[in-house]
Amino acid sequence: MQIPSPYDMIAIGGSAGSLPVLAELLEQLPVSIDCTMMIIVHRLKNVPSDLDRLLSLKAPITEPEDKQPVLSRRIYLAPQNYHLLIETDGTFALDYSEPLHYSRPSIDVSFASVAAAYGPRALGILLSGASKDGAAGMQQIIAAGGTGIVQDPASALFDTMPLAALELCPEAQPMSITDMVHFLTELKMSAEHDQ
Amino acid sequence: MIKEISNEELETLVSLIHRQYGYDFSDYARSSLKRRFQRFMGYAYIGGVNELSDRLLQDATFFERMAQFITVNVTEMFRDPLFYKTLKDLVLPRLATYPTIKIWHAGCATGEEVFSMIILLQEAGLLERCRIYATDLNAVSLLKAEKALIPLKCMKDYTQNYLQAGGMEDFSSYYTADDEHAVIHSALRRNIVFFQHNLVTDQVFNEFQLICCRNVFIYFNRQLQDRVLRLFYDSLAPLGYLALGLKESMMFSEESIRFEAVSAVHKIFRRKS
Ligand SMILES: C[S@@+](CC[C@H](N)C(=O)[O-])C[C@H]1O[C@@H](n2cnc3c(N)ncnc32)[C@H](O)[C@@H]1O
Repeated sequence: MQIPSPYDMIAIGGSAGSLPVLAELLEQLPVSIDCTMMIIVHRLKNVPSDLDRLLSLKAPITEPEDKQPVLSRRIYLAPQNYHLLIETDGTFALDYSEPLHYSRPSIDVSFASVAAAYGPRALGILLSGASKDGAAGMQQIIAAGGTGIVQDPASALFDTMPLAALELCPEAQPMSITDMVHFLTELKMSAEHDQ
Repeated sequence: MIKEISNEELETLVSLIHRQYGYDFSDYARSSLKRRFQRFMGYAYIGGVNELSDRLLQDATFFERMAQFITVNVTEMFRDPLFYKTLKDLVLPRLATYPTIKIWHAGCATGEEVFSMIILLQEAGLLERCRIYATDLNAVSLLKAEKALIPLKCMKDYTQNYLQAGGMEDFSSYYTADDEHAVIHSALRRNIVFFQHNLVTDQVFNEFQLICCRNVFIYFNRQLQDRVLRLFYDSLAPLGYLALGLKESMMFSEESIRFEAVSAVHKIFRRKS
């Protein structure tokens, strides 16, 4: 029997305190999940960032350019100072309109466009953060039939982001990092089962 | 939460605006356009697309307000400092070989990019020889640009940017400040003309050694990007330069064969021959 990977897009958002968690997730992650991964973290603007280099140590990561096609088995990082959107034709679109929650990239903006482009085939994950960005976006992912996972607030360095998401989206599942890795590994195994 | 605008509703809005007001947004990138309409509805307390359509049909002032809002006019001075540094190192020395240097800023918004450029040109000793044409679709932004008023609270960031861009002077020597604004000295601005130009419908109007069109392409779909690239090609002198935004690429366009990259990272290109 075929059990294809249930998601085409895994979108991960985080802010303060999310970097170590993100690094851990990427490190432990099965590299070959058959879907696209997109990371949106709040960053300082106009400061050459070490973030992509840091994360790239764990896995090859690219910052997409406008109109670049979205590919499977790739990890993309939202560039600083732009919102990152996805067009329904499967390409990235960048947006320079005003920040949301004082943030550009904003997680809400990306999650909303992921919800519209992927519907039930989207998985949204929110990590530690001292901002409410991402909660409304996660609500949209879930409303479109997708899945929401939130870092267990007790384990988060800053719990504002996970708490806001859980409050707005009762359907979102709180998980520890170990549980998340487990969840994602299961995806990989069911996908491999296919072949 | 406002209800998501559907794709059909978006098309209806776009054609209504085109018919009624002559502005053609049909080749704008869908996802961000949709987001702008959605944001505007929140901002103007409009409950749904029907109400929005009704207001647009009846009220031209309301349309003007919306046009303001959806053509994103966010900008900064010395945004992406290393871009300016690269321009100074790689492009200005070549421009210096021309007796008159003509520069076009397409999509200049409220002018911050243009003011950054004149400071760069001044420090390179070229400003005297430059003619700068700064255009935008948005008339209200252009009026602001002409006054060269910059919110004072931004100047700290801009000073930072200026220094990172390799600025050599005291940044505050370029403006006078009142309580709320910094005003760029008018002597520096004397070679600039601001006027309205729509990249979707308007034509070539001069020949340039450098065209800056930064963070405008991201609002266009591929067809429109291709069309505007042809317009730029036709507006450039042989070997003239074209600068795009940091995340804007020519890689996905057929027109790319007519340009070569001067700095792929900073998105500076050059017209071949
Ligand atoms: C985000 S701003 C870019 C400002 C500046 N170049 C920068 O990079 O900071 C985009 C500008 O493009 C202008 N624009 C949008 N559509 C246009 C069109 N069809 N023709 C000319 N300008 C347009 C908008 O009015 C807005 O001022």
